[in-house]
Amino acid sequence: MALLKDGVFARDPWTQLDDAADLGGVEHPIVSLERWQANGNGLARYNGPLGIRLKSDQPPALIADDLARFDLVALEFPKFADGRAFTYARLLRERHGYAGELRAVGDVLRDQYQFMLRCGFDAFEVADANSIDGWRQSAAEITVWYQPAATG
Amino acid sequence: MYRYDEFDHTLVAERVTQFRGQVARRLSGELSEDQFKPLRLRNGLYLQLHAYMLRVAIPYGMLSSEQMRMQAHIARTYDRGYGHFTTRQNIQFNWPELEDVPDILADLATVEMHAIQTSGNNIRNVTADPLAGVAADEIEDPRVYAEILRQWSTLHPEFSFLPRKFKIAVTGAPRDRAALKVHDIGLEIRRDEAGETGFRVLVGGGQGRTPILAVTIREFLPKRDLLSYVEAILRVYNQLGRRDNMYKARIKILVKSVGAEKFGKLVEEEWEQIRHGALTLPEAEIARIESHFAPPPYETRDATDRGFEARRFEDRDFARWCRINLAAHKQPGYTIVYISLKPEGGVPGDATAEQMDAVADLADRYSFGEIRVTLEQNLVLADVSLGEVYDLWRALGEAGLATPNIGLISDIIACPGLDYCNLANARSIPVAQRIARRFADLSRQHDIGELNIKISGCINACAHHHVGHIGILGVDKKGQEYYQITLGGSADENATLGEIVGPAFTYDAVTDAIETIVGTYLSNRRDGESFLDTYRRAGKAPFKEALYGAP
Amino acid sequence: MTAQILTASRLREGDVVYFTAAGHWSEWLSDATVADAEADDLLARGKRDEAAGDVIDAYLVAVDVAGGRLAPLSQRERIRARGPTVRADLGKQARQRLMLPAAE
Repeated sequence: MALLKDGVFARDPWTQLDDAADLGGVEHPIVSLERWQANGNGLARYNGPLGIRLKSDQPPALIADDLARFDLVALEFPKFADGRAFTYARLLRERHGYAGELRAVGDVLRDQYQFMLRCGFDAFEVADANSIDGWRQSAAEITVWYQPAATG
Repeated sequence: MYRYDEFDHTLVAERVTQFRGQVARRLSGELSEDQFKPLRLRNGLYLQLHAYMLRVAIPYGMLSSEQMRMQAHIARTYDRGYGHFTTRQNIQFNWPELEDVPDILADLATVEMHAIQTSGNNIRNVTADPLAGVAADEIEDPRVYAEILRQWSTLHPEFSFLPRKFKIAVTGAPRDRAALKVHDIGLEIRRDEAGETGFRVLVGGGQGRTPILAVTIREFLPKRDLLSYVEAILRVYNQLGRRDNMYKARIKILVKSVGAEKFGKLVEEEWEQIRHGALTLPEAEIARIESHFAPPPYETRDATDRGFEARRFEDRDFARWCRINLAAHKQPGYTIVYISLKPEGGVPGDATAEQMDAVADLADRYSFGEIRVTLEQNLVLADVSLGEVYDLWRALGEAGLATPNIGLISDIIACPGLDYCNLANARSIPVAQRIARRFADLSRQHDIGELNIKISGCINACAHHHVGHIGILGVDKKGQEYYQITLGGSADENATLGEIVGPAFTYDAVTDAIETIVGTYLSNRRDGESFLDTYRRAGKAPFKEALYGAP
Repeated sequence: MTAQILTASRLREGDVVYFTAAGHWSEWLSDATVADAEADDLLARGKRDEAAGDVIDAYLVAVDVAGGRLAPLSQRERIRARGPTVRADLGKQARQRLMLPAAE
């Protein structure tokens, strides 16, 4: 897995944590919605940068009131055809004013890249770390859009 | 009709380049078929029974003569010399090769056409009344809004991976000639009490495995709110439509499951959040699109033409064709001409490259260079002056395009069926041909009157059999082709779904069954009743009894 | 055991093809190699060729081998082997040649 951010492969400071895993020593943890809602497991005492990962059936309304707490929101594409996160991304940016990192994770296809960018994603977990040229090319394939981009 | 500006040209050209790259990556093996398939579907390219099939978008059924000539060119250059016009106003080519498709798309782009989103789980070709702009009963031209919706829906970043395909239709008259009630969204232009025009919004119609008629969720929507409201519907659907079962993934299932009222509330709640935003349609933008659909430069003419009347009096064949294939035009001295693609012995909806070129020439000569595709797999020249109709008819006859059967029993809608389609269970085209042959006698056809037969080769219902006066559904029973008949369906503003009449018929028995049904209608009908009228009055019983015997 | 053959579509042209004993893909049904107990192996071979990228959508088709001629059991595969029944001038049927006897 590689992290694509701002058009380049970047080092990823974040760590996806299992629900049972200890927060101690992890600088940039990403937790599940379930863990956040349970708020136990050391989360209540943790003051560092925090990320949250939503599944495709977990809409952003569930965390809308808590967004100030998150520096990263990861939205899952369990299969590339499951397009719910496109809506979730736009709602996070346009409805809830979320301005942190918005990361697409899971089955993320190069051919969805531009759609994801237009919906407000700014980071992408991609399977193939060798393919930066392909991603760069995909980013520039369509230069005109009928629809306005998601406002940040 | 709509002409591309710089923006539109750029988008289509970039799309061609993008697809060329995707094809190259597929052929080199960089993309697997699983990864490539959704990409090729988004450009209308299917793998069918014998070959690939390319579905080209004809936005709301409008073609210029130049665009029609390009279809002829594609048929000749890349295919087997013909194309098939579909029930969603598109055209299909049955034999393209994958490597040629980027070139086909590049050729299409030169005449402002594409195959974007004619397949896949996204928003498909927005269809409209084929008589838009010319029908005598029109309130306002629906093509304006079909074009606005086309642009809004093209490569929409949020709605390109929906639970399932999404189909929108628009009408501008009280008579529904676009089958709104069986679309995911149907938009009917109407007037409110103040006389202002806006939309009645219907959602959740569809056919296939679970035929359902659409429900109204909003009686009146101002025009400026069209895009924000439709966006709200799509947003609710994208989030809540089922993704676990492709046969339960259309919006009709969602609307039925939460109920129309609740669904309407969900839409209104979302809409409240976005209705005053960037999607509001300024009047200037509506006017800009409207200007593309200004009426052609009609000449001022009398409502009747002496030459036309004389010809009708002299030539009985011409008179009969006029009676059946012409429709009233709002402009005095002009008429709407239907071109039948259902000649006896032909394949319903197919046209050869030569016929396409002939239609393009005739459109230039007689109809301001424009052609429409109907939902019944026929064509229309919408603006013909009465004085020229006779010459047009002669020319159509020479091209094999003057069959006087519009709306009659031999004007059958048939999907490609098992002769072409990967999804089919049974053949539909030869069933249509047999029925048409049995009823070849034109005076018999005219006596029977309006009777829409629609034949689908599988439950996907591409021939819209659920809304046929007689619907025929091909099924596979133990490896044999059987045909289930439904009666009393209708696709107009009083839409009804057909009722199954009884057990299915074999391929050899279905023509006789149709004859029995027609006979039952003729012996039961009262003054001037159409087949549908008689069925609605007399019910299923006499037909069931005639077909299967007394209970 | 039903006799089975392996079919697929050529990636480039979309042509219907059949897997032969010699290990290549032929346009002609009559060239197809017939398996019954080994049908799974045949299918696996087809899936490998799919992955290699020349063909797509490989699957087994049940056939009747009586009288030395291969005949698919399903209407769909019979039509797929010949062409549209309503256009004798299109498809493989328009380029007909003598059917060879079923492979040994």
